[in-house]
Amino acid sequence: MTIKLGVPSKGRLMEKTFDWFAARGIHLSRSGSDREYAARVEGLEGVELVLLSAGEIPRELDAGRIHFGVTGTDLVREKLALWARSVEEIESMGFGHADLIIAVPKCWVDVDTLDDLDAAAAQFRASHGFRLRIATKYHRLIRSFLRDAGVADYQLVDSQGATEGTIKNQTAEAVADITSSGETLRANHLKVLSDGLVLGSQATLFRSRMAKLHNDDQMIMDKFLSMVGSKVKESK
Amino acid sequence: MDDILDILPEASRIREIFRNTGATVVKPSILQDAGTLLDLYGEDIRTRAYVTSDPIRGELMLRPDFTVPIVQRHMQEGADPARYTYAGKVFRRQEENPDRASEYIQVGYEIFDGSNLAAADAEIFSLVLQACDGVPVRSVTGDIGILMAAVAGLNTTERRKNALMRHIWRPKRFRTLLERFSGKLSVPPTRAALLAGKGEALTGVPHIGLRSLSEIQERVDALTQDAATAPISQNEIDLISALLSVRERADFALSHLRDLAVDMPSISQKVAQAARRFDALDARGVDVTALQFEASYGRTSMEYYDGFVFGIYAAHMPEIAPIATGGRYDALTERLGQGRSIPAVGAVVRPHLLFEARQGL
Repeated sequence: MTIKLGVPSKGRLMEKTFDWFAARGIHLSRSGSDREYAARVEGLEGVELVLLSAGEIPRELDAGRIHFGVTGTDLVREKLALWARSVEEIESMGFGHADLIIAVPKCWVDVDTLDDLDAAAAQFRASHGFRLRIATKYHRLIRSFLRDAGVADYQLVDSQGATEGTIKNQTAEAVADITSSGETLRANHLKVLSDGLVLGSQATLFRSRMAKLHNDDQMIMDKFLSMVGSKVKESK
Repeated sequence: MDDILDILPEASRIREIFRNTGATVVKPSILQDAGTLLDLYGEDIRTRAYVTSDPIRGELMLRPDFTVPIVQRHMQEGADPARYTYAGKVFRRQEENPDRASEYIQVGYEIFDGSNLAAADAEIFSLVLQACDGVPVRSVTGDIGILMAAVAGLNTTERRKNALMRHIWRPKRFRTLLERFSGKLSVPPTRAALLAGKGEALTGVPHIGLRSLSEIQERVDALTQDAATAPISQNEIDLISALLSVRERADFALSHLRDLAVDMPSISQKVAQAARRFDALDARGVDVTALQFEASYGRTSMEYYDGFVFGIYAAHMPEIAPIATGGRYDALTERLGQGRSIPAVGAVVRPHLLFEARQGL
């Protein structure tokens, strides 16, 4: 039997993941042509590499189809309700940093905090007859963040890309999105609310609590964990 | 999972109790227009209701409750006064409590009648108690209207009162606003700079988006005015806190509230109304000394209630959700009434919990 490790299948995130594991003696590589999603693991017997879209890794962990997976904390928290029940954070990997933030037009000189956003939302609803729109693809995270902050009279509108442009196009009044440098925000005349950091995310190695272990799997898992330098206690 | 055949007899027995008052049996459809519900409850409803859609009717929700469609129906075609009863499934997403049922039967009763509010409150409460017959219950009552009257009576600006009123159902937020308006919270640096005229100039940055410059200026003016407004006095803050902490046997609570009304005359009428309600309950044979009254009851879970509220719990099974809840929602009829409104009070009984409570005896 084998332990399955899910890793992002493309781009910088994949390369950095490969580097991170290589530094710990586990050598991951893609085999075959560039377009073929087959992969190889050297340095540890019994681990199978599964290349997946980063966005699908939370679901695969949750379903127990992979034992370990590398993805952003933002994606795990957005996609898995009660994520701590089904997955466990093993290691923060130190790359893929991105903050999920709430931003408003820079010209809103009266709005700097979530309190202000709430007050502006009440005013907006009264004068426009509909709720202030916040464009995002992180619906669950933003909803629960705003509920905890006591912000009312807003609505989320779905935006799967070019989110910062929605304000100029008047399809939203505010945005909630991932930013790594803030440049896109500045270029679009937006500013982050001073208490508008929803989540600081980075690439993280997760373990599934749902994946089944057969025969020798526990031994392989222990070896894997000691190689990635985890200090996590072994359960059962 | 409960066996539906155990639950149905409870459900039909309860609806019979409600129907015997002459109530009209109504059967709202399961699919409800999502727009109406979103407008009423805001984004949070999406975490509690199942959303679906079709190409003709657009976004729809599996009914999370019956009250909204019944109020809509009554406001469109009903003649006052009216009584309605219903039984059927409601659907609730349980993102945070996956162990709770996400579909279950509710049996409900709604009274649209402005002639005698205390009598209507007492009628609904005693009928629900009757529905729970045979199970030892603990009843908690409250009255959001008293808190609303206290806020309306504060010696401060309308704008501050409106802000507090808007967050009556968000206790944490309400508390923060009270602290801000009483000068206990420090002003964030960016706000201080804005008020001192040192904030970013409105003209310095390009204007984008639908929120207009005049709206922004309007709020800057409001903030400036507010900064010049005297804080709400400590005395008034203490009175609100004292009111929110009333939590005792109903008859004791009533005398406590009467004491508070001496210093807070704005609540007198609502306290008198609560007294009439207890009298009406007594007249219906409800033991008022066995009721609990909590001034903040229903603030977190029952957002459209704006007067009498109550919950009935299985006394021997404190871990299960309330078997029945209800309350007065006069303002909801106004919002859905297109210019018309009528005092209304409603309640739901959850027969599966009643059944569980019986099994636990």
